Amino acid sequence: MRRVVITGVGAISALGRNAKEFWSALAQGRSGIGPIETVDMSKLRFQYGAEVRGYKPCEYFPEKQIDFIDRFAQFGLIAAREAIRDSGIEFDRAGRHAGAIITGSCVGGQCTQDDGFVELYQKGRPRVNPLTIARTMGNAAASHIAMEFGLTGPAYNISTACSSSNHAIGQALWAVRSGASQFAITGGCEAVFSMGFLKAWEAMRVVSPDTCRPFSKDRNGMILGEGGAMLVLEPLDAALARGAQIYAEIAGFGMSADAGHITQPSAEGAALAMRSALQDARIGFDRIGYINAHGTATQVNDPTETAAIRAVFGPHADRLAVSSTKSMHGHALGAAGALEALATAFALRNGILPPTAGFRQPDPDCDLDVIPNESRPVKVEFALSNSFAFGGLNAVLALRRFD
Amino acid sequence: MSDQLTQRVLSVIAATQRLPPEKVKIDSSFEELGIDSMDGINILFALENEFDITIPDEQAKQIRSIREMVDGIQKLVAEAAAGKAQGQ
Repeated sequence: MRRVVITGVGAISALGRNAKEFWSALAQGRSGIGPIETVDMSKLRFQYGAEVRGYKPCEYFPEKQIDFIDRFAQFGLIAAREAIRDSGIEFDRAGRHAGAIITGSCVGGQCTQDDGFVELYQKGRPRVNPLTIARTMGNAAASHIAMEFGLTGPAYNISTACSSSNHAIGQALWAVRSGASQFAITGGCEAVFSMGFLKAWEAMRVVSPDTCRPFSKDRNGMILGEGGAMLVLEPLDAALARGAQIYAEIAGFGMSADAGHITQPSAEGAALAMRSALQDARIGFDRIGYINAHGTATQVNDPTETAAIRAVFGPHADRLAVSSTKSMHGHALGAAGALEALATAFALRNGILPPTAGFRQPDPDCDLDVIPNESRPVKVEFALSNSFAFGGLNAVLALRRFD
Repeated sequence: MSDQLTQRVLSVIAATQRLPPEKVKIDSSFEELGIDSMDGINILFALENEFDITIPDEQAKQIRSIREMVDGIQKLVAEAAAGKAQGQ
């Protein structure tokens, strides 16, 4: 069985325009959450989000190309460009067909769809932009990545709400590990800020009126985020043979379904996914030093996740460090898993665990070491990154430091 | 009349939960009516539409019983009416 490593990374998020800025903010415990600027927020009850501030598509794409790509896929393509350049991977003729592109996005080009609805239902116009479907479809990022780099191997998008990009990275791991693919470009992207979509979140009453305080007793909801993160995965042997830099190893992937409630999470389902990831990585729970939590700061996720962690790790849970980086980059839905896998890979490589920002009061129902507010210099060998989505679909990655 | 308001609240709850109206009384508990937290959110949405009011998240979080729902709606409806009167 081939070991699989990350040889290139790319990210665009509320924390910056590239992976370096992303990590720098995390290490400093600096949040990218602020007043939402791209939507008229006067009719919405919440006001804050984690946007890619001041983003201008023309800085990344020629005008004509912008017409064809929704914001969400733009983020995916930008992150993929950075990751591919960063990895130094080159695609020869045979190589172009040998890799997979597997992305995660749960609502795809919903901003474009929302614009179309404004045209039809508000302005009463008889038509929408003919590129609406091409922009809205959830696979758009995977397609554009394939097109830009001439990659003709398997390419697809996975849509599993907040677990989308963990599911995508997990499938990419297995494709490379099995030898089905010689490399993978994988991660996720999401653009959430449109009036209609924000109204849908407002109706669920789970969005914070100020900020995201995972695990804090006074937490009051999640903060939505946007962006994209992509990883280049290769077999360890191939990476070493070409002298590639290696960020971390992806050691395992586990999944489960709660089979419970369509919105309420289950500790049993989450525990099952974590155990599956450990099994796939062939390690005992006592090897884990850090968990990048799903940690949305909703009333219900944080204690459920805590209970699941305690169920899996027993007394070892008290020796774990657990943080939610959603406290800084927001909840980017389909892109969340990818941003968080990247955060975890950097944490392992740099020997610095990112904090849970905005933490104020310990909650006895979330009684883990949540690395409050300040990052911590600790060398950890194995880490987990959790995604527990609406609909009870859980996906967990296990990562290993590479020395 | 607050009796009429109470009846309207109870019938919205019955309709949203697809229950026979006689089953939903002001002292029925969420548990006995099979109302979970997502059902609660749906009921509040239906009540906001029925009475043309907005129920703030802070208030929504405190609601633990049907009686509290009725009381809360009563206050919001009164506030909305007072607001309209002031506007005249």
